[in-house]
This record gives sequence, C-alpha cells and structure tokens, in this order.
Amino acid sequence: MALNLVYLAIITALGSALLPILFYRSISASKFVAFNLLGISGLSGILGGGMALLRHIDISQELPIGLPWLPCHLHLDPLSGFFLVLVSLVSLIAAIYGPAYVEEYQQGPQPLLPLTLFTGLFVAGMQMVMLASDAFSFMIAWELMSVSSYFLVAYQHQNETNRSAAFIYLLMAQVGGLFILAAYGVLAGFSGAFDFTSMQLVELSPAWSSLAFTLALIGFGMKAGIVPLHVWLPQAHPVAPSHISALMSGVMLKVAIYGFIRFVYDLLGHVYWQWGVVVLIIGSLSAILGVLYALMQHDLKRLLAYHSVENIGIIYMGLGLSMIFYGSGYPQLAALGLIAALYHCLNHALFKSLLFLGAGAILQQSHEHDLEKMGGLIKKMPVTAVCFLVGCISISALPPFNGFVSEWLTFQTALQGTVLSNHILTAVISISAAVLALTGALAAACFVKVYGICFLGLPRSQKAAQATEAAYGLQLSQILLAILCLAFGVFPTWTVSQLDTIAQLLLPAGMPVATSHGWLWLTPVSMDVASYGAPLVFFAIGCAWLLIWLWLHPRRKNTTIRIAPTWDCGFGSLNARMQYTASSFTMPIRRIFRPVWSVSENYKKPDQENPGGKYQLTVDDWVWLKIYQPIGRLLLATARRAALIQGGNIRVYLVYSFFTLLFLLWVVSL
Amino acid sequence: MNGWILALAQTILFLFCAPLLTGWVKWVKCKLQSRRGAPPWQPYRDLLKLFRKEVVLSESASPIFRVAPYIVFSVTALAGAVVPMFAVGLPSAAIADVIVLVGFFALGRFFLALAGMDVGTAFGGMGSSREMTISSLAEPAMLMGIFTIAMTVHSTNLASMTRYLLEHPIQLYPSFVFAAMGMLLVAVAETGRIPIDNPATHLELTMVHEAMILEYTGRHLALMEWGAMLKLMIYSILLVNLFLPWGIADNFSTLPLLIGFGSIVIKLFLLGTALAVMETGIAKMRFFRAPQYLGLAFILCLLGMLSHVILEIN
Repeated sequence: MALNLVYLAIITALGSALLPILFYRSISASKFVAFNLLGISGLSGILGGGMALLRHIDISQELPIGLPWLPCHLHLDPLSGFFLVLVSLVSLIAAIYGPAYVEEYQQGPQPLLPLTLFTGLFVAGMQMVMLASDAFSFMIAWELMSVSSYFLVAYQHQNETNRSAAFIYLLMAQVGGLFILAAYGVLAGFSGAFDFTSMQLVELSPAWSSLAFTLALIGFGMKAGIVPLHVWLPQAHPVAPSHISALMSGVMLKVAIYGFIRFVYDLLGHVYWQWGVVVLIIGSLSAILGVLYALMQHDLKRLLAYHSVENIGIIYMGLGLSMIFYGSGYPQLAALGLIAALYHCLNHALFKSLLFLGAGAILQQSHEHDLEKMGGLIKKMPVTAVCFLVGCISISALPPFNGFVSEWLTFQTALQGTVLSNHILTAVISISAAVLALTGALAAACFVKVYGICFLGLPRSQKAAQATEAAYGLQLSQILLAILCLAFGVFPTWTVSQLDTIAQLLLPAGMPVATSHGWLWLTPVSMDVASYGAPLVFFAIGCAWLLIWLWLHPRRKNTTIRIAPTWDCGFGSLNARMQYTASSFTMPIRRIFRPVWSVSENYKKPDQENPGGKYQLTVDDWVWLKIYQPIGRLLLATARRAALIQGGNIRVYLVYSFFTLLFLLWVVSL
Repeated sequence: MNGWILALAQTILFLFCAPLLTGWVKWVKCKLQSRRGAPPWQPYRDLLKLFRKEVVLSESASPIFRVAPYIVFSVTALAGAVVPMFAVGLPSAAIADVIVLVGFFALGRFFLALAGMDVGTAFGGMGSSREMTISSLAEPAMLMGIFTIAMTVHSTNLASMTRYLLEHPIQLYPSFVFAAMGMLLVAVAETGRIPIDNPATHLELTMVHEAMILEYTGRHLALMEWGAMLKLMIYSILLVNLFLPWGIADNFSTLPLLIGFGSIVIKLFLLGTALAVMETGIAKMRFFRAPQYLGLAFILCLLGMLSHVILEIN
C-alpha cells in the first residue's frame, strides 16, 4: 500500500511534467494540470512516506526495467519514508503556491512549459532517489534531479547572472555526481554487484572504507553545500523562481543528506569515530561561515541561500556527533545525534521553504530583492509578514518554535561528550558546541536585520510603498508552513519518538528515554539531566500574556492610546533615508569579524551626480576568490595550451588520426 | 501541588522584588557618588506612574511595536519561573533547562530589537544593531560557561545543577573559577550595565537598551522597564545560585524555606552593592571595545571548559 502510494506520487509527478505539453496552447489548462498533479503527487508521497515511517514498513521490490542484467531495485523503509515526506510536503506546498506565483512569468519572455516540465521531473527525481536501492537507479534518479534543477535555475536565461549561476551549478553537480559514482564504485568493486543489499554485506578494510567515505562526503557534500563546496548555492538559489528555490533549498539539499546517511550508516555500516570528527569540523565551519556570509548579504534570497549553508552545517554537526559516539561505542548517544540531525532536516525544510516563499511573495509584489529598498511591508502585506516572522523566529532557533528543538537536541548530544575517554575529542566537541551557540546568536541578529529592514520601519523605495498583499494561494501555502513550524516546535516529543524508529533501523540502539515521560516532556538521556516541556512553555507564554493583558486592559478607559507623529527632535520631519540600512545594521559585526570576508569599501565625496556622496560596499566570499577563481583560471589556461594542437589544418588532423590508429593497433596487438 | 504553589509564589516574588533590586543598586550608587538619591523603592513609583499614563504611539508604528512589550515581559517572567530562587526541586524548573532559559532571553531580545527598528528612526535601528551585536558575542560565552558547569554536574537542569553543587559543597574546581568570572562579565553585558551599556543615560552615542525603547510610552514602557529589571534579577540569582548556592532550601518545609529566602535576600543585597561599587568605579567602554571585553568573557569560559576536560574528568 505504502509503496503503491509512492509509485502514484512518482507517476503523478512525471505526469505533471509531461501532460501539460498536450495543452501547450492554453496557459491556464497547462497550469491547472501541472500544479494539480504536483499537488496529488505531494499528497500521495506524504501518505506513502508517512505510512512507511509510522508503521515501520520495510519493503523491497524489483522492477524489470533498466539494464538487461540489472533490474531496478526499489526499497522503502522508515528512513526513505521520512525524507519522502519532506520532499512531498514541500512539493505540495509549492503546488499551492505555484499557480498564483507563475502569473508573473505569463507575461514574461519565456513560455511556462519548461517551468512545469522540469518542476515535475525535478520532484519525480527526488522521490525516485528515495526509493532507489541500487547504485544504477540511484545515479539515474540523482542525475534526473540535478539536471532538471539546472534547467529550473536557468529558466530566466535572459539574465547574464542566471546563466552563469546555472552553469556553475551544473558543473558542480556533475563533479559531485562523479564523486558519488566513484564512492559506489568502491563498494561495487568489492561486492561485485550494484544493489544496496550486497553492498551492505561487504566487509571493507579501514583504508578502502575511509576512501569510500571521503568520496561520499565530497560527492554528497557538494550537493548539500558544505563549506568550501557551497559556492554554487548562493548563486543558484536566488535566481530560480521562488517556489523552486524553496524546493531546492528546502528539500534538494536534504536529498543529499539522505544519500549521505544511507551511504555511511546503511551501506558502509562500520563507522569510525575519526570520520565523525571530520564531519563535525566541516559542519561547524559551514555553520559559522554560512551565517557570517549571510549577515553581509542584502539580496534577500541570496541571504537565505547562505543560511542554507549554515543549517546544513548544523545538520552535519549532529551527524558528526552521532558518528563520533557510534564509532566510540555509544549507540544510544549516536541515536540522539542522528535524531537531532534528522529533526533539523525537517525543521529546515519547513522554515526555509516558508522564508523562500515569503521572499517570493515580496518579490512578486514589490519587484525588489534588495533589502536596502524594502521597508514597512508589514502594513502592506500583513499575512506574509506574520508568516515570515514565524519563519524568522524558527530559523533563529528561538523557543517555542521548531528550530529551537533540534538545536537544543544537538547541544544535549554535544554535552554528553564527557563520556568519551579521549579528552581531546571532548574538547573538540565542546568547542563545536560553542560554535553552534555563536551561530545561533548570529542567525538571530541576521533575522532581526532581515525582518526589521524588510517589514518594519518606513518604505525605502517607491515600489515597496506600493506593494499589496499577495494572492490567496501564496498566503495559504505560507500559513500552512507557519502552522507546521509552530506545531513541530510545540509538540516535539511525538516527532522524536517517530525519528527514533529511524535511529533503531540504522543503529544498534535507539533513544527511547528521550520520549518516555509522556507527550509533555522531551528528556534526552534522563529527566534529571535535561528536560524541555515545549507545550508547557507555549502554554505559559500564552498565559502570562493573557494575564498581563487582562490586568492592563481595563485601564484603557483611563489611559487612552494617542497616535502622533514620531518625535523628530524638533528638526523637521523624519524620512526613510534616516533609518538604519541593512549594511549599517551589520556594520559592527563586519568590523568585529573583519578577516572573514573580502570587504571593499568605497566612498566618493559629494559631487554633481551624488549630492550626498556615494558609499559602495562589496563583500565577497574568500572561498570563491581564493579557491574557485584560481582553479577556473588554471583550467582556462590549460585548455588554451591544449588548444594548440588544433591547428585548423586538415593535414595535421589526418596525421593525428593516423598516429591514433597506429597506437590502437599496437594496444590491440599486446 | 505544594510545589506548584511554591513555584507560583516564587514567580510572583521574582516579579515584585525585581524593581527593589534595581532601586537598591541605584540608591547605593547615589550614596557612593555623594548624591542624595531616590529611595530604593522609587522604581515601584515609576512603574505605577507609567501604568497610569497615556500611551503615545508613533504614526509609523506597526502591530509588532504594540505586541513586543507583552512578549518581552511574559517571556522574561517565564524565565523567572524556571530559575530556582530560594528552593530547589520546584516542578516548574523542569519545563526548561538552562539552554532553554538562554533561548527565552534570546526570544525577548529578538522582539525588543524588532521593536527598536519598527518606528523607523535612526536611534532605534542603532540600538537594535548594537544590542544584537553584543548579544551575539555574549550568548556563546554564556553558553560556554553553562556547559562547563553542566559537564561537571552532568545536567543542564538548573535545579539538578544547584542541588549537585549543594551536595558536593567544598570542591573549588578551577573550571568553576574561570566560568564564574566569564559569566559575571556576560551578566554585566547582558543586563545592560556599565561598562557595556549605561542604564542611566540617554546620550545617543552610548545608549543601547535605552535607544531601542526610546519611542515607548505609558504601560508599554513600563512593561519594557520592568522586563529589564526582571532580567537583572534573574541574572543575579542565576549567578548567586550557581556559584554560591549555600542556604537554598532543598525541601519544602518552613524553616529551610525561610533560611533560603533570607540567604537569597542577603546575597542579592551584597551583589547589588558590589554592582554599584563596580559601576561607580569604572567608566563606560567605547562600543568597539565591547568585543574585547566579551572576547575575554568567552576565553575565560573556554578556559574553564578546557581545564574541566583536561584536569577534572575522572
């Protein structure tokens, strides 16, 4: 039943890609077919994946398609079910959001068809990755996901930035794909078969298994966007249409996490703690650098993309802790770390999609993606504003919303580091916990900036002042996500107990203690060690609020509210240019962490053109400047050298062919 | 049931004693600076006055501006409910451990900073920017200090932490000394005292907290001010009960409760006096010196952590 539902999800996703081609003449018909089928696909994916997760279903099937000697192995278990729910949930939300959002493109230069075609293929590809149970079908599904998302990034290809972003994305996705292929190659070489079941059984020597791990770390890490493999992410995510950004940032990165978990925990099986240290350090670096780079962005979607790097870092930190404990022989604590990572996957999928959809609504209504030109939107777009606020609170890891729960679990896992006998390891874990604390605090600063600049204050441009509330579809999808953000924050116990089944599947032990004190309490390790009563927190904040309000309310009769102009110190009226800007808000942080970015500031004295002077600030990514650009230059230079053999003279080419033929004959004769 | 009543009583005590602590610090400061000074209960009069006053809202204020005082105050009050004041083992302490407590403060600060940016004046934005910068440096230091203690006592529940320290009294761990020094610095920064912020000034170049609440009037201002007083109280009690827990009641019978109450009052008055002496003795720092100050706090807490890992485990 569960598997059939997932088949239905994949087929309808493919249908939503292909059927609109039949109706290419009518925009409304193709939109109707595409988004409704995508919605059905999302629903059935949620049901199928949810059944697999909740009922602990574990089924395999072989379909006689694919290579003649390699049928397509499919497998559905709680782990893939969980990630299927994530993918399908955000697809469903995107299907609600899409119809109203793409109206913008109907008047644009592109036809709508490529968008719906590749969205369907993209979603189908992600769902197929979850089912794939042999290296061959995994790679096919993976590449379907990568390539179709390339076309989505390149959708508005009239802009130069979109083309270059899409190219870099494709390049890095393919390089990453090669690494994954090589990682499977190591396993397939020893097991002699491509299906996951025989790969699981293989016993690798530490060296080979570490090689496979490294290849998988780089390959999946490239898709997930860990530092320093993240550079495609802040370029590609902002230029895609917003519901696609939500899908890419919210769930495509999670597909990479899924691949990594499947490869390391399930296929390799034996986890060494040293791997965990590597993953933990990479995760900490990604988290802190991601948030620091995000702070300096003033393009809203680019900022959100850098926050994806940060959150992927937090997920990797949870995984790293889990691997350290697993490798050191503490499977229960390993389960706790894994649960924290998986919970953060869920949370990030929810709040990052919510924020991207909000950013899309703003973009559609005000045609601005520059924070410096927004302001005061809370009055123009109240529903979007409230939902966006929920997203901001969640991503800043503030109680009682969902982001807090997973970070809290990660902290609790890190605090158990004292059980390890290797004290240097304990110190590394503690420092990574401090990094996580710094990350959370900086993320809060960043989202105060985003929300304060974007929604509060006075409008900084004409377009922002004229914005109106987004269409109902856009509002509904955001409201749904906001409610989910709150629900998963207030009722974490149930979620953790469900995630525990995944931990039990992959590890020798689960963490049943965490949820053993009833639905009110979340108690990793034990009640004495740490407890968090999220429903009580929510209830108590609500009660306190109600009490204060009830106490103060009758006084309104005596103490009225008077609306008056803002106090301007007697100097004449305030205007929008007197407010703090996004750049000035983060100036103290820019000054404190100065070496982290490549900052160039440029100030021009007042002249005819700019009577107030002109200040220009450029913040660049060191990784891009110091690693990728040199590699790019080296590649170009090599290509230019290699091009010397292209003389353009046919006789030279004939000589090449002749010598190649001779060489091949020699090889054959050996 | 007894426990819940005590917890409620403790929260109410927290709420209604907080202005007294602030007033006491102000009064001692005045005496030290040879000024006459308002009596220690002056903050109560101020709050009452503010609650009775008319609210003036800016034309450009959004609902966030009106919601923020309630959120800031209720979250801070909730934080007061989970910190053990004169007795350990209160049932309310299990709702949130110390990491959640830091989260509560962060939530309050989030809305405070948003409120600062809401009206769209330069002051508010400046205050929010500074507050978020300071807190983003102070919060990791605070958590680091907490982790140091948590690793020793194997718990992040405040009640369990205090109880463990009560039961193992005379163990002066080197890590505790470092953590205590670091957290003292953090507490000074987080509660907006000299040398990071000056609660007594409205000078545009120096103010942080006051800049964010500059546009507030009437009951909204009262809630914001009261919240700030409450925060000072919570941080003081947190420091005292974590590092000098002696006297706190570990059961709910009358005598230990009275002793617990008496001892916390004495400790708070002493701490308040010390704060006043310190605020009189040193000058406010330039804002860009604050990172060094908080960096020191972070390094101290980190040293505490490392000395725990290296010296004390096993």
